[in-house]
Amino acid sequence: MYVAVKGGERAIDNAHAWLAAERRGDAAVAELSLAQIRAQLSLAVNRVMAEGSLYDADLAALAIKQSRGDLIEAIFLIRAYRTTLPRLGASVPVETAQMAVIRRVSATFKDLPGGQVLGPTFDYTHRLLDFKLAAEGEALAAPATAAADLADVPHVTGFLNRDGLIEANPRSAAQPADLTREPMELPASRALRLQAITRGDEGFILSMAYSTQRGYGRTHAFVGELRIGMVAVEMEIPELGFAVEIGEIELTECETVNQFKGSKTEPPQFTRGYGLVFGQTERKAIAMSLVDRSLRWAELGEENSGAPAQDEEFVLMHADNIQATGFLEHIKLPHYVDFQSELELVRKLRAEVLAGTEAAE
Amino acid sequence: MTDQAYNFAYLDEQTKRMIRRAILKGVAVPGYQVPFASREMPMPYGWGTGGVQVTAACLVPEDRLKVIDQGADDTTNAVSIRKFFQRVAGVAVTEATQEATLIQTRHRIPDTSLSAGQILVYQVPIPEPLRFLEPRESETRKMHELEDYGLMHVKLYEDIARHGQIATSYAYPVKVEDRYVMDPSPIPKFDNPKLSNSPALQLFGAGREQRIYALPPFTHVVSLDFDDHPFVPSKADHACDLCDASDSYLDEVIIDDQGGRMFVCSDTDYCGGRRAAGHVGRLGEEAI
Amino acid sequence: MTMTLQNLAKDQPLLSVQGLSKSYGTRIGCADISFDLFPGEVMGIVGESGSGKSTLLSCMAGHMAPDAGRVIFDTASGPRDTVQMAEAERRRMARTDWAFVHQNPRDGLRMGVSAGGNVGERLMAVGARHYGDIRDTATDWLGRVEIAADRIDDRPRAFSGGMQQRLQIARNLVTGPRLVFMDEPTGGLDVSVQARLLDLLRGLVREMGLSAIIVTHDLAVVRLLADRLMVMKDGHVVEQGLTDQVLDDPQHAYTQLLVSSVLQV
Repeated sequence: MYVAVKGGERAIDNAHAWLAAERRGDAAVAELSLAQIRAQLSLAVNRVMAEGSLYDADLAALAIKQSRGDLIEAIFLIRAYRTTLPRLGASVPVETAQMAVIRRVSATFKDLPGGQVLGPTFDYTHRLLDFKLAAEGEALAAPATAAADLADVPHVTGFLNRDGLIEANPRSAAQPADLTREPMELPASRALRLQAITRGDEGFILSMAYSTQRGYGRTHAFVGELRIGMVAVEMEIPELGFAVEIGEIELTECETVNQFKGSKTEPPQFTRGYGLVFGQTERKAIAMSLVDRSLRWAELGEENSGAPAQDEEFVLMHADNIQATGFLEHIKLPHYVDFQSELELVRKLRAEVLAGTEAAE
Repeated sequence: MTDQAYNFAYLDEQTKRMIRRAILKGVAVPGYQVPFASREMPMPYGWGTGGVQVTAACLVPEDRLKVIDQGADDTTNAVSIRKFFQRVAGVAVTEATQEATLIQTRHRIPDTSLSAGQILVYQVPIPEPLRFLEPRESETRKMHELEDYGLMHVKLYEDIARHGQIATSYAYPVKVEDRYVMDPSPIPKFDNPKLSNSPALQLFGAGREQRIYALPPFTHVVSLDFDDHPFVPSKADHACDLCDASDSYLDEVIIDDQGGRMFVCSDTDYCGGRRAAGHVGRLGEEAI
Repeated sequence: MTMTLQNLAKDQPLLSVQGLSKSYGTRIGCADISFDLFPGEVMGIVGESGSGKSTLLSCMAGHMAPDAGRVIFDTASGPRDTVQMAEAERRRMARTDWAFVHQNPRDGLRMGVSAGGNVGERLMAVGARHYGDIRDTATDWLGRVEIAADRIDDRPRAFSGGMQQRLQIARNLVTGPRLVFMDEPTGGLDVSVQARLLDLLRGLVREMGLSAIIVTHDLAVVRLLADRLMVMKDGHVVEQGLTDQVLDDPQHAYTQLLVSSVLQV
């Protein structure tokens, strides 16, 4: 006697309990605290904040803990939580020229006002496993750091712009569209594209950027400037009639200086790519600026070489790892009904072909 | 017991209003895909986020909710979605098709006829029927605008040229009120006739693709075909081995490793109802 | 040419181009082009690459928006300026009254769809819903462009360049369009293949009484197909008239140069 599969509810409850036990792991090992995750896995926290589109390091740490370190799962938790938050208003645009930089490098000028600041970077570490870290109780040599202050650190592109060497980037008072409040409409504005890329999957954006470097939509990018630091967030308070600071956030900003455009009548000028990401996320910010620049081909009158990174619809529709992972993994859900209809169809088609061959024999 | 930390049915009222506006537009233009600002939901994209948002926007505390996946109430994803709404909306739930005021479904239309006042919410993975013929959204929207559907029939033509018949067995495209070509979601084509002239309101939600569309009650829906190769809704040529129904969609179940198999209703409520009424299939047992 | 003359007698032009201009920044694409095309007439437009003939064709066919000018087509409901038409209407016209044969058959064919499906698409786009009839019509058209009936289920990828081009022509003509635009229809083909295609086109033009505008740099093509000829240089029309007249007795220095630089056919 066949009994239809029952007990989905019990199975789910048990799966959840099992998952919780797996997450905790060996109870003899001390449990991770959110403070530990936040302090010692800070780049993971940064990525979850950036792609989760929510600047809250404690929640990101919680999400990482809950997701057992699966960062896409953590980003998913943050996104789902973010949905339920009320929207109080919009800040005024942050002023990245007024940044307390901990890192600021330019690849286009050896020295520049404000100086090059190497900061806490992996760049010149030798990638050798440091077995001292395996032992507990490491002792650190204190770094010589000047406490970074909010200060005027002018943008490299600003110097170029003064001489008309780079395309102007006029300020606009217009309210940009909000990707999280309106459906994506294509073709998208640059503001909308940047929103999609900044919360897009780091791996995807990295690969897209890399493909432009290898010739699929090449834009000859130089890192004009990469800076990381805290900026003030200000909000207009209607009752007060002016903007007040409501907090600080850490940002990574990258501006690339790209191949010039020009014609017989227009003098040549460099063009720009832009990346801005929450937290210390410089790989993402650089990649973002390359992809941004690549997507601007039409506006700059360049040729569409058919490269994936030039294809707005391709990039924007596939950058979001929460959409991607959900749809990818949904194929493990039951599809009995569809598969059954395919079974019937294939059987019928086979029967017809076999009947045809027999008749022919 | 409702989780007090969340608004009724999870979404905030502003979001629900936005979704309701999209639904109303969809009802006003049957078969037209209305873009909406799909929210991130606490379940993955592709697992019913569109359906869940539509359900959340439609639910009222008096509702009685039924959730099915593959026709069954007890498949894991159906259980998970039902539990979600019990937790965040505290609505009554049921497995009986006739008792439900709102049914969220994935891949099936119940075999029990729906009635006026009911809402059937479909989970839709890819709302665009032209997507696999033309990958560009900007182009497919234009094709809908211009009723430029020649390509859709080219696909059916190619099927017949290659296989002797239209080789689409689920997500079979339909034309709504002689205007929009629509994807009915991946229901088996057996279910397609039930789309047309239904007394219930049918709503389709695609979360990841940010689209909502609708069939108001008694909308005329036609499955695409050729005059000399008419649409045939098909299913396994058996009766249900448990309840002996010959008019329901059947799942095939492998019961041993000798090639033994049985066919049972995919709609568990329909099958259970028939067995309770005394119908017995080939392998069924008399209800006691 | 009797049929042509007879048709010329009709006083209503099928297509009337008036003051059509298009620039790319400071560079002129085509400037202030005007002419009438009468039913049953074939107009050739010749010139070197960069002369503006392709720009003109794109503007006429609605693939590109001109900066100024009108393209008036004698629709079923009377003459209409197609430049001002809504895109929906223009697209509908492009799949019923008009046809466009691209230089590269890949631009005009669906390479992943069988030959029969390619020919049938326009029929289905205008409402044909009988598979058997669509297939019969497709088979008939494949025959008319000298493609064997047993290739009907093959994809164009498996075809030679000449066959692909003939398939593109069948796909365009199957719904009996009233006006055909052709962009270098023999370009990119071997000389012997070109000759066969030209023969075929000439037969179809005669048989169907087609009205067509053919853009080409190949004077042999217009000699064989065109009743009238326009010669373009730097975006302007430098000479126009009956084909034989222009080719046999060119007036403009540029036309003389063009004519003298090719083999006479």
